[in-house]
Amino acid sequence: MGVATVAVKALGPVLLGGRTLPARLAAPVELLAPAVLAALVITQVVGGERRLVLDARLPGLLAAVVALRLRAPLLVVIATAAVVTALVRAV
Amino acid sequence: MSPARYLDGARAAAPLALAVLGFGVSFGLLARAAGMGVLAPLAMSATTFAGSAQLAAVSILGAGGSVAAAITAAVLLNARYVPIGISVAPLFSGSLPSRLLRSQLVVDESWAIANRGGGRFDLPALLGAGGLLYAAWLGGTALGVLGGDLLGDPNRLGLDAAFPALFLALLVPQLRSRRALRVALVAALVALVLVPLTAPGIPIVAASAACLLGARR
Repeated sequence: MGVATVAVKALGPVLLGGRTLPARLAAPVELLAPAVLAALVITQVVGGERRLVLDARLPGLLAAVVALRLRAPLLVVIATAAVVTALVRAV
Repeated sequence: MSPARYLDGARAAAPLALAVLGFGVSFGLLARAAGMGVLAPLAMSATTFAGSAQLAAVSILGAGGSVAAAITAAVLLNARYVPIGISVAPLFSGSLPSRLLRSQLVVDESWAIANRGGGRFDLPALLGAGGLLYAAWLGGTALGVLGGDLLGDPNRLGLDAAFPALFLALLVPQLRSRRALRVALVAALVALVLVPLTAPGIPIVAASAACLLGARR
């Protein structure tokens, strides 16, 4: 597993290292970040083992949305999510 | 490249390092509970550095799944590093061993921190953030394996909610164009539909294909 992960991670930098991407690939790669980030938000907030799990993470994320709207710094946004989730779990 | 730019990356990753430390602790605890002993989880964290894949592999092993199933799940979870690696590839120059070694510091969080928008990435920020996160991950695993009982359940502290909040905070500044917004919405929808249907990891890989939408005008 370690070997496979090393290989997967190294594929891009080793094969393509230092070269700029062909123009045809530039547009999709530019949009890769929003796509992967959006998918990570979803899988991290409602992801379970082959099912959707609605739990205390959701109010935590909603609180983070509010913090983002108020233009809070990154640390505050993350802390807000954790604290709200912990509070919801505690009650 | 000045050391200050590496430090900037590490500083940006500091709040995450705390969450990664908690994640490492929970991985260490879980691996211990799955009967992996002390050295195996540590070796795994040192050589693999991919939390979700390690956690998936350990939970499959702990539930009595086969080694093949555990490795397959882990590799699928990590398949996103092919497109992620391609996106940062232009930054990496130098010898093959150096590219191989440095590429291992690419994880979701360091990649997201180094993202400067428009398909550009900041290499010192990537390596600075990745290095700090690696230390936190390995340290957290050690804490979890050796004496995690004292820290309690990291989920009780809400640390599992820190990750979606982080990814959302990093996503928002990326949504400057309508195209990016459309791609993000499609990717989120794909992930949402696939989470109950497929093995963990597949939703992210499938959703990353949403970026191809933007190639068509």
